[in-house]
Amino acid sequence: MPAQIPSDSVGLVTPERARFEAPFTVQSGQTLPEFELVYETYGELNAARSNAVLIYHALSGHHHAAGYSTMEDQKPGWWDTCIGPGKPLDTNRFFIVSLNNLGGCHGSTGPRSINPETGRVYGPDFPTITVRDWVRSQKLLMENLNIDRWAAVVGGSLGAMQAMQWAIDYPEQLGHAVLIAGAPKLSAQNIAFNEIARQAITTDPDYHGGRYLEAGSNPVRGLMLARMVGHVTYQSDHSWADKFGREIKSGDIERGQEVEFQVESYLHYQGRSFSQHFDANTYVLMTRALDYFDPAREFGDDLVAALRTTACDFMVTAFSTDWRFSPSRSKEIVDALIHAGKSVVSTVIDTPFGHDAFLLPVERYLDVFSAYMDRVARQEGLNNGR
Amino acid sequence: MAAEAREILRPDLAIVADMVPTGARVLDLGCGTGELLAFLQSHKQVRGYGLDTDPDAITAGVARGVNVVEQNLDLGLNNFPDDSFDFVVMTEALQAVRYPAQLIDDMLRIGRECVVTFPNFGHWSCRAQLSLRGRMPVAHHLPHRWYDTPNIHLCTFADFEALCRDKNVSILERFVVDNRYRNRALINYAPNLFGTIAFYHLGRPS
Repeated sequence: MPAQIPSDSVGLVTPERARFEAPFTVQSGQTLPEFELVYETYGELNAARSNAVLIYHALSGHHHAAGYSTMEDQKPGWWDTCIGPGKPLDTNRFFIVSLNNLGGCHGSTGPRSINPETGRVYGPDFPTITVRDWVRSQKLLMENLNIDRWAAVVGGSLGAMQAMQWAIDYPEQLGHAVLIAGAPKLSAQNIAFNEIARQAITTDPDYHGGRYLEAGSNPVRGLMLARMVGHVTYQSDHSWADKFGREIKSGDIERGQEVEFQVESYLHYQGRSFSQHFDANTYVLMTRALDYFDPAREFGDDLVAALRTTACDFMVTAFSTDWRFSPSRSKEIVDALIHAGKSVVSTVIDTPFGHDAFLLPVERYLDVFSAYMDRVARQEGLNNGR
Repeated sequence: MAAEAREILRPDLAIVADMVPTGARVLDLGCGTGELLAFLQSHKQVRGYGLDTDPDAITAGVARGVNVVEQNLDLGLNNFPDDSFDFVVMTEALQAVRYPAQLIDDMLRIGRECVVTFPNFGHWSCRAQLSLRGRMPVAHHLPHRWYDTPNIHLCTFADFEALCRDKNVSILERFVVDNRYRNRALINYAPNLFGTIAFYHLGRPS
């Protein structure tokens, strides 16, 4: 628990819930009779309702992005580095909305929810959800909050993809899109890693074809492996070397007996902890959403044409040692935006921390992110705060 | 307008700002802290991008509201389509890039016109240091010593004009100044001897 809540924290936060009772037909053609989204907000919505910023979580994220849920929390929300008074997403002037995506497992309707039509847990029957479906559900959330337009949408990794999709699908309802460590679509290598994770989960005997809840089990080993392989790709060789090197936790390397390297122990811990709080079907659903994302597809595979439809200003940031979504992937987006004649700021932050750098307090990243959010505030006429 | 530019901007940028037409789409190569583009955006309704690689300068440019794209000029400008800008500007960077001749070609491919500024290696003080003392020149407009200079392609005004002739590039205007950015009679009489910095307004091969 925080001995005392830091002054640059948003403090104690309570999640809220929005319920949508109209049937929601997703891209695959399947229909959810109703759904709920759980979300948190930080900062105050101004009288003109013009200072709202939507942030997106990445693959294994959720709505609790900043502050503390209880005084017993060990750690603040996952993006507390960037959200709070004086931080890039400054709650003195922005009203931040952070949701758990549809299909998630932290409170929004997803595979663990009961299908009201059958009275049974959705499990593997939960509809396939695409990034575009997510964005459409977020549009409903925006309307539910009586907001006409986001001053900005902001996301890292899978979050960057949602930001891009919003910019394409709802160009008039957006001022700025901030795309951090993103890509315009996954590469074959990216999909390969996702498929390894999915196979680990779905071939675990405890998966029971996705009906593990009803079987009273949980594919712990599959989830562990999925998390472990994912985690390796989120960090750089340097970050692993720096954190663990070849340090041995236990055993005798001379005799090669029961050796456990620190890095192994760490991965096991990460995997175990993930398997206890993440849903296997949600993991499969979200990795598929990542795999299928390709906004250029319906524009004849022309990313320039896809981005030509946007009307917002963009900031695109990549990290030098990110090999999951390397700087060259961000450059594809930047180059397409330049070709489309759009307003774009682009930086490549030199850091040793790989893909995960977007969650970390990297000084130059926070500086340039803050500088851009200052511009957002200026352009949107938000003069309070700093 | 011209007077305002001189009050607000670094003197060389004020001279460039005067050359840029109102409403132009501008690409600024080596934009530093975005001073020029910020001024052009607010005073001449210009839109465009600035390229640079210096982290602090980029942050300063972003804070100013300039569209800075982090990009190394030595890796080329292939990501910019033909005819996508009215004006491409490069101040005090030509002498520090790896492929200056190709860069000029690229600038005129991307933009219809461009402005290039660079320091004169043919200034009398440089000539004197080399010919009389046998030493590499160090001067107000070329302050680095040979071993710590970023300048790897120094040239004289005459050299640059020879390159433009070879490339058939049109020199639409040439403006030469001294260390205090003044353009005096003596300079116009023998620019390659008395000028320290030149502003070349270039157009496509005729």
